Formats: sequence, structure tokens, C-alpha cells
Amino acid sequence: MLEIENLSVEVGGRKILRNVNLSVMAGYTNVLFGPNGSGKSTLLMTIMGFSGYKVTEGRILYHGEDITKMPINERANRGIGIMMQRPPNLAGVQLRNMIKVTSKGRINPDEAALDLDLGSFLGRDVNVGFSGGEIKRSELLQLDAQNPCLYLLDEPESGVDLVSIEKVGGKVRELLQGGQSCAGRKMQAGKSALVITHTGQILDYIEADRGYVMCKGTIACSGNPRELLTEIRKMGYEECIKCKLRIATLN
Amino acid sequence: MQAKDSHAELRKKVEEAQTKKAAFGEDIDLDKFEAGAKDIPKVERLDDLDEEEKSTLLKAGVIPTEEGRSGSFVLMDESVVHSSMTMQGVEVMPVSVALKKYEWMRDYYWKAVSPEADKYTARTYLENADGYFIRALPGAKVRAPVQTCLMLKNKNVAQTVHNVIIVEEGAELEVVTGCSTSKGVEKALHLGISEFYIKKNATLTFTMIHNWSESIGVRPRTVIVQEENSNYINNYIALKPVRTIQTYPTARLEGRNAFARFNTVAIAHPHSELDLGSRAILAAEGARCEMISRTISTGGKVIARGQMIGTAPKIRGHLECRGLILGQGGVQVAIPELEARVPDVEMTHEAAVGKIAQDQVEYLMARGLTEDEAVGIIVRGFLEVGIRGLPESLKKEIDRAIEQTEVKTM
Repeated sequence: MLEIENLSVEVGGRKILRNVNLSVMAGYTNVLFGPNGSGKSTLLMTIMGFSGYKVTEGRILYHGEDITKMPINERANRGIGIMMQRPPNLAGVQLRNMIKVTSKGRINPDEAALDLDLGSFLGRDVNVGFSGGEIKRSELLQLDAQNPCLYLLDEPESGVDLVSIEKVGGKVRELLQGGQSCAGRKMQAGKSALVITHTGQILDYIEADRGYVMCKGTIACSGNPRELLTEIRKMGYEECIKCKLRIATLN
Repeated sequence: MQAKDSHAELRKKVEEAQTKKAAFGEDIDLDKFEAGAKDIPKVERLDDLDEEEKSTLLKAGVIPTEEGRSGSFVLMDESVVHSSMTMQGVEVMPVSVALKKYEWMRDYYWKAVSPEADKYTARTYLENADGYFIRALPGAKVRAPVQTCLMLKNKNVAQTVHNVIIVEEGAELEVVTGCSTSKGVEKALHLGISEFYIKKNATLTFTMIHNWSESIGVRPRTVIVQEENSNYINNYIALKPVRTIQTYPTARLEGRNAFARFNTVAIAHPHSELDLGSRAILAAEGARCEMISRTISTGGKVIARGQMIGTAPKIRGHLECRGLILGQGGVQVAIPELEARVPDVEMTHEAAVGKIAQDQVEYLMARGLTEDEAVGIIVRGFLEVGIRGLPESLKKEIDRAIEQTEVKTM
């Protein structure tokens, strides 16, 4: 579904991503681990097509189509949706209106907001004065309205308190897996995701299929996400870099 | 005899002021315009007007059926074509009639606005202009707004208008004024004097929707005098093309704890020049004022002025003007001014001009909206902030006015 081939990206003239290769198959939920500043968010923002993320090398394929130079809204209309870390404030634009416009009347904002405890936020301006956790919930509500095929989630659990994490985790699971716990059914549902996680906490709520470790702008390792997480918790990211270097030297 | 002398003296001064240029705005040659028609026939009901006139009224927020209104007043050029009131506690009539009816009108008429201020006030004084007189009786809570329309009916006309609103002690009143131009009137001028008096514990919400056309010149002159604990909310909306508007309504907060708010929402289209100011003189202890201005240039020029003068202790004021430039050749000038004459005051301002933030546009595009749709939503939101806190009935009208306005991206 999503193929990232040899992707290098510059932000403000600085090279952030170097020769990244990564893929997400249909129905798969892949997670991206990595230390702060390793380029995880840059990768998601580049896949979505935001300006300021300049692709200098490589390409992004979605369902086999090269979308590297495609406008943001066309990527969205092809089924890519993003939960941003720090979305901008939209003064004067009420969340209810945003949900109506995004879902094109497909969902009822009041009903959809109930699940996420956002009923009282519908009349507020999008992101204005929202806390970290409220931003996450509002982003999820917007994704619910948008109904994408590929979810790009940037640290869905960060800044979320212990009570809200249940709501956020539950909603992410519902969106990605449609409440399906059976792996076979889940694949058929066709929703795919690339999820950045720092702590791995979101793995308590979703079944992840494959994990990638990003260090210093490139993919250092990939494999079973739970095994990777255990390793990272034990050894830290430094070990991933050393490991990659060892392999590179052997080759 | 003395009164007659002072009258003659004033008249002389006003005659001399006929060539006096205004402090701001392009100077308009009044000799190029004719006096407005005073003989346009009256109508019993606004619904009796022809369809085109009714549609002109609607676009300026004036409802021809008069449904949900406590009174209506329509002036075409210089003819009062309709004046009615449907609810108790409110009086609506031409100023000329009020002057005959009430001896005390002399205490209000030309007492807030100075007739020799500039050539426009002078012209209006010398023409003995008519306009609306609206009065909320003491303690009356007038639930539905009074609507008025000042319409330019014929081309090359200089319409002079003189309005007076009095909100008596403890009363509450809403007035919606729509200013508009008949189809086919290419060039004309509107000169409007407005004198508002808000007594102790009274509230006036005044919403003006300017809906002129490309070659119209507009020079309103408005002063609001506020007593103790009174509230004044001024909403000014100008979204349609116009040649030139220069206005600087001034609220004189003369009673303790008086409050005034000015909301301004305007779009300067190519060839439009809008010089829009709001001034508050906070002259009594505890007086407060808020000014919020949201202006957009799609190619025209906007000057957003705001001035607060604090002359009494414990006054507070905040002034906020934001301007967006959406078109090539557009100009935005923000001029906030704060003047304190006593130590114990708190006045602040913030001003920002620039283009739409790209990250906001892209955020909406990431939700599947086209760039034009995204800009439309952001612009609507930007203007929306300028009219927050309005009564629902008025908000609907303004929403409609915003809806009718198409704003394209660069």
C-alpha cells in the first residue's frame, strides 16, 4: 500500500532523512520507534506532502502510484490521513464545522464526539487553548470524520493523561481495526497505519505487525515490534546504531 | 435674542466649514453631487416595495416582511419612505417629526456631533437633513431589533442623513442599520450624522451593515455619549466593494463603569479604500472599552485605526486589530493609539498584518479540502472572531453577509 524508496529529505536546507526505505502493506499497522530528533515526524509530514519538507532523492508510492510531488489534498483524497503532533490553531473555525466539512456529512459530529468526550469542544475553535491530550482526541475525531485508508499517527499517546489514554487507545484501535481482534478479518478491513511511538504505550491498545527503528534520519532496524521495543527498553537506541554499523561493516 | 444670536453665529461658522477638509480620508468635491430627492413616495408596509428594492434591503440585513422586528425605518435618498413601530417601549419616527414633537430634542440634536467639524457635517447641517429618531423608553427591554435602511436611490446624489438614538435609563435596545445602493447607481455619496445617547444602566447594540457599490463615497460621523453603567456594542460590517469609506465613530464614556465595544469586520476589494476607526474617550472612573478589528484586503486599501484616551482612574481598555492581505496590490495599515492622562489606567493593544498562515491552509488540505476551500474556511473564521458575542439574531444576518462574500486566494 505504501512504499518509501530511498527517500532523502531536507528541511530548511538541512538534510533530515537519508535514504529511508520502508513499507506498509494493506491492512498492516507498522510502528516507528526512534529517539527525539531522529526524523520520525519528518517522515510522516513528508508522506502527507507538507511544504517545507523537500524530497531530494527517492520516491513515495501509494497503491503503486508515485505521489512524491502530489498536492496534500490529493493525497488526502486518495486515503491518507494524518494525526499531527502540533497542529496549528484555527481561530474562528469551530471543531463542529471542521468535522462537518471533513466528513462531508458522513458522520454526525455530536455522536462521534461522544466517544472521545469532546462534546463540549465542538463549539470551540479548533486547537485553540486545547491541552496536549485534547489535541490528540480532536485529531482522532477529525480522522474519524475523514475516514482514511492509511493512518499516519504521530505519537498518539504523548501528553495524554492516564484516563484519556483509554479513550485515545480505544479509538485508535477502533479506527484501525474496526473492533476486529481476528488478524485475518483485520487485514480484510484494509486499514493500514504507520504509527510513531516513543514509549510503546500505544502497543497496549493496537496490534502492530511490523516495527522500524529510525536513528539519525535513517532506518536502523526493522522486525517484530514487541521484540524491538523490549530490546530498546533494555539497551537503548545507541545499541541499534551500533548494531547497524556492525552489520554494515560485515557486509 | 441671545439664542438667536448664537444660532446665527453657529450658522456662520458652519458656512465657513463648508470647505474644511476632514482629518482623514480622500477629500470629496461636494459640488459634483446633487441634493437627494425628497419626494420619493411613502409605502405603508416594506413588503409593498418592488422586488428589486426588497432584495436590496435584504442584502443589507433589513427584512421586508418586518418579521421579528420592533420597528422599521427606510430612507431613500432624502425621502423617508417608511417609518413604523410594532412594539411597546420603543419609538421610531423621522428626526424632523421628533423635533416638532419633543421640545427636549434640542438638547440632543447636534449636541454630540459638531456641525462645523468638517465639510461633510457642515453640508448635512445646512441641508437640515432628516433621518431616524429611535428611542427606547425608560426601563423598556426591547426584545426585537429596530431595523433601518439608508438607501441611495439615484445616481450623482449626495445623501445627507441625521440620526438620533436615545436609550433611556435602564432600557435595552438593538438597532440594525443596513446601508445600500439601488441597482444602477454608479456614483453617489452618503453623509450620515449619528448621535447616540445611552443613559444610566441602559444598553444599546448597534449593528451597521454597509452594502454599497463600487463608486460610492461614504462619510459617516458618529458620536455616542454614555452615562453611568451603560453598555454600547458597535458592530460594523463592510464586505462589499465601495469606492471610499472614512469613518471614526467616537464613544464618550462619561459615566462611571460605562462599557463600550467596537467590532469591525471589513473587506477592501480592488479600488476600495476603507479608513475605519474606532475611538473611545474613557472619561469616568471604571470605564472599560474593547475594540476588535478584522480586516481583509483583496486588492484595496484598509486603514484600521483605533484610539483610546484614558482621562479617569481605574479605566481599562484593549484594542486588537488584525489584517490579512489576500490580493496583489492590497494595503493594510494598522494604527492603534493609546493615550493615558492619569496614572491608574490599564490600556493595551495588539496589531498584526500579513498573509494567511500556510500551515493552517495545509492542515485543512490534509483533511481533503482544496486550497481554495481551505482559504475560504480560514477567512470566514478570521472574520468570525471579529463578531463574537453578538445576539444570535444579528449573528445570522452577519453570517449571511459573510456567506455572500466570495474571497479568492492569491
